Formats: sequence, C-alpha cells, structure tokens
Amino acid sequence: MSLPLDTKILVVDDFESMRRIVKQVLHDIGFKDISLADDGATALPLLKKGDFGFLITDWNMPQMEGIDLVKAVRADPRLKGMPILMVTAEAKREQIIQAAQAGVNDYIVKPFTPDTLKAKIEKIFKGVAGK
Amino acid sequence: MSGDSLDEIRKIFEEECIEGLDTMEAGLLNLGEGGSGGDVVNDIFRAAHSIKGGSATFGYKKIADFTHLMETLLDLVRNGRKAASPPVIELLLGCVDCLREMMGAIHSGEYDEARIAEFMQMLQAELLGDDDAQPQVVTALPEPVAAENAAAQGWRIVFRPHEEMLRSGNQPLHILRALTELGECVTRSDVSRLPSFESFDPESIYLSWEIELKGACSIEQVREVFDWVEGECELSIEPVGAPEPPAAVIAAVAAAPERRGSDRRAPVADDRRDIDRRKKPAAKEAGSIRVGIDKVDNLMNLVGELVITQAMLSQFGRESPEGLDHMGLRDTLEQLSRNTRELQEAVMQVRMLPVSVTFSRFPRLVHDLSTKLGKKIELEISGEQTELDKTVLEKIGDPLVHLIRNSLDHGIEDEATRIAAGKTPHGTIFVSASHESGNIVIRVADDGAGLNSEKILRKARERGLIGEDEELGRQQVNDLIFMPGFSTADVVSDVSGRGVGMDVVRSNIQEIGGRVDVTSTPGEGSVFQITLPLTLAILDGQLVRVGSQVYVVPLLSIIETVLVDRERLNLITGQSPVYRLRGEAVPVLSISRVLRVREDVIEGAAAERERLLVIVESGRDIVGLAVDELLEQHQVVIKSLENNFTQVPGTLGATILGDGTVSLIVDIAGLVRLSGLRTDLGSAASAAA
Repeated sequence: MSLPLDTKILVVDDFESMRRIVKQVLHDIGFKDISLADDGATALPLLKKGDFGFLITDWNMPQMEGIDLVKAVRADPRLKGMPILMVTAEAKREQIIQAAQAGVNDYIVKPFTPDTLKAKIEKIFKGVAGK
Repeated sequence: MSGDSLDEIRKIFEEECIEGLDTMEAGLLNLGEGGSGGDVVNDIFRAAHSIKGGSATFGYKKIADFTHLMETLLDLVRNGRKAASPPVIELLLGCVDCLREMMGAIHSGEYDEARIAEFMQMLQAELLGDDDAQPQVVTALPEPVAAENAAAQGWRIVFRPHEEMLRSGNQPLHILRALTELGECVTRSDVSRLPSFESFDPESIYLSWEIELKGACSIEQVREVFDWVEGECELSIEPVGAPEPPAAVIAAVAAAPERRGSDRRAPVADDRRDIDRRKKPAAKEAGSIRVGIDKVDNLMNLVGELVITQAMLSQFGRESPEGLDHMGLRDTLEQLSRNTRELQEAVMQVRMLPVSVTFSRFPRLVHDLSTKLGKKIELEISGEQTELDKTVLEKIGDPLVHLIRNSLDHGIEDEATRIAAGKTPHGTIFVSASHESGNIVIRVADDGAGLNSEKILRKARERGLIGEDEELGRQQVNDLIFMPGFSTADVVSDVSGRGVGMDVVRSNIQEIGGRVDVTSTPGEGSVFQITLPLTLAILDGQLVRVGSQVYVVPLLSIIETVLVDRERLNLITGQSPVYRLRGEAVPVLSISRVLRVREDVIEGAAAERERLLVIVESGRDIVGLAVDELLEQHQVVIKSLENNFTQVPGTLGATILGDGTVSLIVDIAGLVRLSGLRTDLGSAASAAA
C-alpha cells in the first residue's frame, strides 16, 4: 500500500539519539514532516496546537511518561482518533497489555530495525484506513 | 534533514549514556543516604532503561544485556519487592562503574569480560535471592493453565470479543490470521448474537469464534496473539483433549485481565502523583542543542579576529584626516565596538557550563572514600549553577578531587577524636562556587582539625624545605604545604597519595590562570580557596612598554605599580636585584632579560629606562617587573603561539594590538620559573622577616 507520506508526525523520546534515529527511519520511508519532542509534557501542547496525524512515543520519560501521554491524547476529544505507536524497551507482557489498554495502536520493542518500524507503521495506517 | 549520519547519532547516544550513568550514580548515592521514594528510584530505573533501549538499538548487545539485569533488579526495588539495602546499592554502584568502563571500550570492543561476568553473576545471584523475581517471567500465566502447558498437541480457543472491540482499532481478522501462522486452524463462527438488520451497528462486533488449533505451539504463543485485546473479550484456551471447560473457568479467565488491570492501576496512580510532585521543582529547562566544541572554538576564534579588526578600525577612525564625515564615522565605529563586545560575550556564553558538571563527581568520591576510611562524612555543595568556561572546568576537576581527598583523609578526624573534641560525630565537607568581583571562587572547606602548624614546620625542616632556625608566620607555615615534595601524612595512604599533592594542585590551578590559598583554624577546619578567571580565551591586560616592546601583563596578577627609587634597589652580584618595598624584599625581574629579547633597540636615556616597577603576584611569589612605561588597559584575546609559531616559555600566548602589532602576554608564574628565582624565594622571604 502507499503510505500517506504527507502525514505530520510527532516523535517523542527523552533520548536525543533515539529521537533522531526514529526520525531518520521515517525520513527514509519517505515522510517529510517530522517534529520532535523530548517528553510527554512538551509533546502534549504541541499535539494540541499542531495538526499532527501520527504520534510515535517512548514509554519511559521524565515529566510525563509515554503511557500518560497516550491517555491524555485519548482523553482529548480532538486528538482521540490519532494513531499512536509506542516505541520502548519494555518487553514485558503486562506492560504491552497496559499500553494496549491505554489505547496505543501498536507497540514496538527496542531494538528494532527500520523494516520492522516500517511494517508497524504500514499496519497502523492500514488499520486506520480500514475503519 | 537527512544530514544526521548514523555516526553522529551514535555519538549523541554515547553522550546520553554517560549522562544516564551520572544520573544513576547520583540517584544511588542519594538512596544510600536514606533518600527515599519513588522519584529517586524512578530516575535511576529510567536511566538504566534508556541505556538498555539505546544500546540495543545501536547494536551494543553486551551493554544491553548488562543493563537489562540491572534494570530487572531496579524494577524489584521500584516495586518495593526488594529493599535498597547498602549491599544492593554498592552492587549497583559497582555496575555503574563497570558500565562506564564498557562505554569507554565501546569502540575497541575490548571489554573486560571477566569483570563483566563477575558483575552479571552478582546481579543474577541478587535476583535469584528474591522470591518474587523468579515467577516474574511466568507471572502473566494464570496458574491452572500453566500446569497443562507441556504436553499439548493443540488448543481449543474460544474467542468472544466485546461488542466495542473494533473501536479500539483491533481487527479480529488480524488475530485469526495470526493464529493460522501458529498451526492449522479449524474455525467456527458463532452468529447467534447477530441482531436484526435495522438495529445493526457497523462499528460493533456480534460474532464470536471457536478455533481448534493444531500445532506444537506453546500457550504463550497463543496468548501473545490476543495480547492486544486483553480485557476486550472473553477468551478461553484449553489444550485439545481436555474435558469441556466448565463455564466457571471461562468466567475466571475472562476476569483475570480485569483483576490484573486493577492491580496495575494502583501503582500507576502513584506514578502520576510522583510526576505531579516532580513537575513543580523542575522548571522546564530551555531547549538545547549539542554542538561540537571545535565549532564553538572556531566561532570564538572568528569573533576574536573581529575584535581585533574592530580595534584597528577604531584606531584608524581616530587618526583619519579631516574632511571625512568625522562624527558619522566615529558614531558608527562606536556602535561597531559595542556590537562586537556583545557578540564576543554571547559567544563566550556558549562555552560556559555550570560547575555542577564537575561537582557531580564528588558525592560518589566522598561516599567511596568515607566508606574506605571508616569515617562518617557529609558533603554539602552549593552554587553548582555557577558557570565556568568549559576548558577551565575540565582542568579544575583533578585539583578539586585532590583537595577533597586531602580534607577527607587528613582534615576530618575519626569519630572518636571528634566526639572527644566535643564536635558532631560526622564531619562535613563544604564545596561551593560563586562569582566574586569578576572571578569565580571555588571553596573546599572542612570542619576537621585544621592544619597542624607544628607538624608542618617539623616536616618542612626534616625535608630541608626551610632552614633549622627559620621563623615563619602562621600563613607562611600554611603555605608550606604547597611546596614540592611536602606531605605530612604519617602513613602514606592510598587515599591521598604520597606527597606529590599540593604543589601539583597549585601548579595545575596556575596553569589555567588561577590561584589557590589556604586558611586554617586549629580545631575548626581548613578552607582552600581557588580563584579562577571566567574564561581562558580573553583576559584583562595592562599594556606595558619595555624598550621598544609592548607586553601585556594580566591585570588579575598586578598588586600595584610603584615609581622606582634607586636608593631602595639592592644589586646583589650573581642574583636578581631586590627592591625594598615597605620593609619587604621584592625580587626584580626584567621581562626582556628573562625572555631573552635582544636589547639593541633601546631608545631614550638610561635614566628613563625601567623607572617603574609593576608589583605582581603568582601564588605565593611576589615579584616586581621593571618597565619603562604603563600604557592603557585592554581586554585582549589570547592567541596561542603554538599553533602558528612555537611555544614561548614565560608567555601565555600573544595578542594583536589595535595598531596591528603582536604583543606577548606575560605569564608571571612562567617568568618566575624561567628566572630561576623560585628556589631561593624562601630565603628572600626570610630576609624580609
């Protein structure tokens, strides 16, 4: 399928290196409009202000954790439909369940390859389009 | 946008790891001091977690594996399933060290395998010692099912989605498809719940399925497929051949996620409270970017050039002939000079870092040493936000560590002695930084016994540093500890070394244009005070003329300037002349002689020569520089001579004056060393006394 490459994406991670690597992968896939934020507390106002179409967030972050960001997004009437991919090193089942219950569309465990990230993104967009 | 090369990102990752390690260390020390609670453990855990994730992503498997074990242990501490006991903290601190070493070897890949294995074993032992740790891997499985896991040939799965499951973006089709990847499936749909067409809601699910899966897959694999819909469906998984499940079991399994969900909810609520609390003190830092120091240095250099060009223009403007638009030119030049100055300050600001970068090492240092020495010592740090030039900051670390070690080892008494002296059982070390009249002052103070004058004098005499019958003032005695080869430690300990200490501290500090002084009160403690210039790149200078040469003398080191009274000048053969200044004998140095500048271009009569004495100090040396004329004071940009020419001993470098001439910047300590004065200074001082 062809991805909606003009989607505006926000990448949230407290590690700059991780932000940039995700950005790099997105860029390689062909996305052009990628913004970065270093934790949930910075990301939320950005999301509320901007017209982002996709959120990729880490879980463990200072100030506001990813899971709380997801909940905040899902609780916001304007943002609640936004597809969310969670990128994190938490590989524990209960945590995946927690993320699913908070409302993430998919979940990717570090380390990941550009291919897996791409596959997850495709799956998410397919799901969104299919609804 | 695509400019980020992987190497560049990798470099950032490495820096972030080091920062993460610092965070972990600081947090662990805090925990060790009884610092409590979620915040601290959370921070440590988060740092470990990020390092794990990052190193896995960048392909540092060793580091990822290692941090994973640490993280598991930290998780137990976080959940309160394991106490943050001193042995656990020590182990984790050791792991931080080990990780730091691994980070150091990240490029060569030459890890100290034995050490790593040792730590991993200790971590594993610590984890096994915990009753709850083991089941963690299995926790997710409800008990009754786990038992039947082994021999299953296939599974009978009943999957009954809740009506609203589609709305969370979950597609049963994907799930069913995923099941077929595990083995052959026979699937039956239950359509009994389908409503009549009028009341049909296209966003709801009315179907349920019964699947018979044939294949040697584990129940975990099957469950994993349904991870996404936990709590959104009724699910039962039974090994094929097992008797028809009683309804009660389905209900129980379906309820399980609910219960687990509420279990988790409690800590989540706690977390959120922690986050709220954390938000208040941590005012959001201004955004930052990482830039290579060489880029900043280059910028600095360019601004330096600009300052010089501007000075040349100003001079040109002053001297320009009538007829030109004089006022306009002067105003514009004035503005240019203001802009240049501001730009220079702004660029310098970029190089400034808070001293906390260096101070953050100290809690660990004090923790380790006080444990080793068996003394109870607290560390109080203040002014860690004071900013210093990065280069100065890097060079000040070692001297400070040395001073702190000394205070711990020699300054602070053991507990019994302290109690006997009516002091608190635990000693305290204070480290502070502050701005004082254009300089940065760092103090290392302790509430220990203070310097022991008698012992210092005795040692100094033993070592022949001073004569047998020399009498010295208190301050002079204290200053003896900065003499080369001086150590009063009765027993050489591995904590503060063997007397190569304080003179090295002093010379290191002098190298970066600073000075160190000690004051001490017996029974109450000692204070080491380090005074540093704000930056190494520019300096406030006094321009002086000697013969045809113009030199720059650092303003910081000038005490006063006096007109030479020939009567007071004592010329002693074979030695430098000495000037009597208010009863003290001050050695006189001629800059050109020490630097061996040829003096064949002397202008003016001999009487006009060297008629001024600039009294300067460097450490405990006070000398007079004979000069012909005092010129203006200038902020000068220090240019290294090494880069373009060769290192010139006795100078800090050179600068370019407004008229384009190059002028050497005098290094007082270097001059004194070059002149060979240093060794007989002791006797000069005693002659004065």
